[in-house]
Amino acid sequence: MLDLLVSPFAMGFMRRALAGCLALSVAAPPLGVFLVLRRMSLMSDVLQHGVVPGIAVGVAVAGLSLWAMGLGGLAAGLAIALIAGWLARRTGGREDSQLAGMYLLALAAGVAMISMQRSIDLTHLLFGNVLAVDDTALFGMAGVATVTLPVLALIWRPLVLESFDPGFMAATGGRGGLWHLIFLVLVVLCVVAGFVALGTLMSVGLMMLPAIAARHWSASLAGQVRVSVLLAVLASFCGLTISYHLDIPTGPAIVMTAGGLWVLSMLTGPYASLWRRAAARA
Amino acid sequence: MGAVTLTPPLLLDRVRLQQGGRTILEDLSGSFQPGSLTALVGANGTGKTTLLRAIAGLHKLAGGRIEGGGPQRIALLPQGSQLDRGFPISCLDLVTLAAPRLGWFRGATPAQRQLALEALDRVGLAGLEGRSLQALSAGQFQRLLFARTMMQDAPVVLLDEPFTAVDTATAAHLLSVLQDWHAQGRTLIVVLHDMKLVQRHFPRTLLLTGDGHAVWGATAAVAPRLAA
Repeated sequence: MLDLLVSPFAMGFMRRALAGCLALSVAAPPLGVFLVLRRMSLMSDVLQHGVVPGIAVGVAVAGLSLWAMGLGGLAAGLAIALIAGWLARRTGGREDSQLAGMYLLALAAGVAMISMQRSIDLTHLLFGNVLAVDDTALFGMAGVATVTLPVLALIWRPLVLESFDPGFMAATGGRGGLWHLIFLVLVVLCVVAGFVALGTLMSVGLMMLPAIAARHWSASLAGQVRVSVLLAVLASFCGLTISYHLDIPTGPAIVMTAGGLWVLSMLTGPYASLWRRAAARA
Repeated sequence: MGAVTLTPPLLLDRVRLQQGGRTILEDLSGSFQPGSLTALVGANGTGKTTLLRAIAGLHKLAGGRIEGGGPQRIALLPQGSQLDRGFPISCLDLVTLAAPRLGWFRGATPAQRQLALEALDRVGLAGLEGRSLQALSAGQFQRLLFARTMMQDAPVVLLDEPFTAVDTATAAHLLSVLQDWHAQGRTLIVVLHDMKLVQRHFPRTLLLTGDGHAVWGATAAVAPRLAA
């Protein structure tokens, strides 16, 4: 049994993937907690689809360079975040339908562009390829985590206030848009950093699912953040192990594990879970 | 909260307001004297909320100017707040976050914590400082928002229908808080629908008549128009 858990990590590429995923597990879920609180879960979908055309452009320009793909993804993610924000302000309301429109368009364009190039495997790009996690990818994941955590700590208080009551923030002269923008940059960074190991379509899973699950384990923001990190670490480790033994892509393996933890939390967690609701009614 | 030092009046000079391309208020001039207590009344859609937001600097004027406002001097409590009651934050933290000069990075001082506790005590939420928002009733939540407004310690306080959707006991308690603020010399502008309340407790009234104009003066003088 122990051997089953340890043996995958005898391989160098598995150790690199584990180290990278653990770094992202510490950085991404706290952002997910804020995305949930800001009712922006859909935004994470938009961003993950939005980076695909950027990566495609990166490949077209510089070939299979992780730097080019990463920078392309980053630029596209930021652009789509800004456009979404601008559209929401400009047209007022109905933000969800516009976001849906944008992510469908971005994904279709991205997939079309990737398919035209033939040098890159679409499945690997969308769902992750653990074999491709080289030192550059690992440094990318660890570097993003290293930047994300201190920046999140610095903007924590205004971000909390702006998430809870943007009206109050505006009325007291706070620059709500600035904190929102810094936060979005962090989210895009984490989505892009995860794409090699997890795939663009799955890297948001490690951000959102532990965050959604954490709501069932704590009533305080700090508590939810801690639980979300713990769940993400667990999902990364178990997901990579499953991916190795069953030979399925890492992204879906990790996200399915995280999803399983979410379902478990929703059923049995101490806060607002189905079990709690049933107990309260009985 | 001690008495407020004398401040310049809040001056409205030919203020024109538009909402969705439609002019809702034209040529409104006058002043809210420091320490005055004014009820802002009018039928739905006459622009009461928009006027409050304009005074708070959150709604752009289509014409004219407002002097003596600005975010440092004004506390605004919006109506029937659409805040997320499931947000994981404690009552004490929420009130402490509103402390002036708290800044974004430093921790709250013990004095600021103490002020927040006193504000919670004044609105009748003593002992609930550790509660999370989701454990509060609608009335308790409004009390909490009053405590937060108190914490802002602003010389001008704008309240938008503060007693809607709360029980009578809470409304009476919050009215006494409002009278405290008046006694401390703060300038208060309160959007209300209950005319009995206006006539009993508010010396001045600003009535938006709905045709873009307003009647502004002592409540007794405006009163004949209120019934209509």
